Amino acid sequence: MVKSVLGVNHQGLTDWLVQRVSAIVMTVYSLGLISYLVMTQDIDYTRWHALFSHGWMKLATILFIVSLLFHAWVGMWTVFTDYIKPFVLRFILQVLLFLSLVSFFFASLMILWGV
Amino acid sequence: MRSLLCLPCLDIISIFETVKGNIVVVIKQRPKNLNLLTIRFPVPAIVSILHRISGVILYLLIPLILWALSLSLSSPDDFDTLHQFLSSPLMKLLMWGFLSAFIYHFFAGIRHLLMDIHIGDELKSGRLSAQITIVLSAVFILLAGIWLW
Ligand code: HEM
Repeated sequence: MVKSVLGVNHQGLTDWLVQRVSAIVMTVYSLGLISYLVMTQDIDYTRWHALFSHGWMKLATILFIVSLLFHAWVGMWTVFTDYIKPFVLRFILQVLLFLSLVSFFFASLMILWGV
Repeated sequence: MRSLLCLPCLDIISIFETVKGNIVVVIKQRPKNLNLLTIRFPVPAIVSILHRISGVILYLLIPLILWALSLSLSSPDDFDTLHQFLSSPLMKLLMWGFLSAFIYHFFAGIRHLLMDIHIGDELKSGRLSAQITIVLSAVFILLAGIWLW
């Protein structure tokens, strides 16, 4: 982890590919969810809960969230590297970024687990 | 033959030889303008920086979205509480902000992906696709606003 926070193993091509693949996964999922929301007029708890009870919906959601976290990692890493020049500050920000993404991951697992 | 300097690009004022035999080339200092207030931003540059800003906004709003998702799925009561909470004008504004960032980032992202496969990656078409990105986002941001209210 320290290595990747430092950016030692940040390979340009891998980052580029991660950003693209994650963007495509997120696009497909978002379009699906948005069409569902627009087509289902009055969405209530029962319907919403039933939707997320399906195994495939949980799988798709996890896939979306994992994509999102990788995407945000690469994206925010790039932004920090571009604007934050002092090494220590950048290092701290990237550690915080990493920790936040790991927390988001477990939080979403717990949310989906509870359904 | 390739030279290191691109001579035609430089505004050469004069070239002369000193008594010692050194060649002196006098070039004009090109005007530099780094003043953010007067610099001209081409549309593709605006589209690009907004993509970055919207990406950061989306990252910052992830906790809020997860919190809402968690409430919406935990129980009918919590679902209603959330629904009430999100119906306040301030929250609607915040949600519109989130949706706007998402919509914009989405279209600019799609433009990026298309440029990766060499669609619209030339100067003229790049400018056009930048304009299309702005127009499409504006339309969908407006629609999202109507849908929310
Ligand atoms: C809601 C979750 C999202 C977050 C938090 C997010 C965040 C970011 C961030 C921070 C960047 C870096 C910006 C930069 O370096 O200038 C970025 C880049 C990018 N995003 Fe997203 N994004 C999200 C969703 C999406 C979606 C749905 C797409 C689908 C089209 C997408 C497509 C892209 C692309 C293609 C790039 C790369 C741009 C480049 O190489 O400069 N993003 N994203």
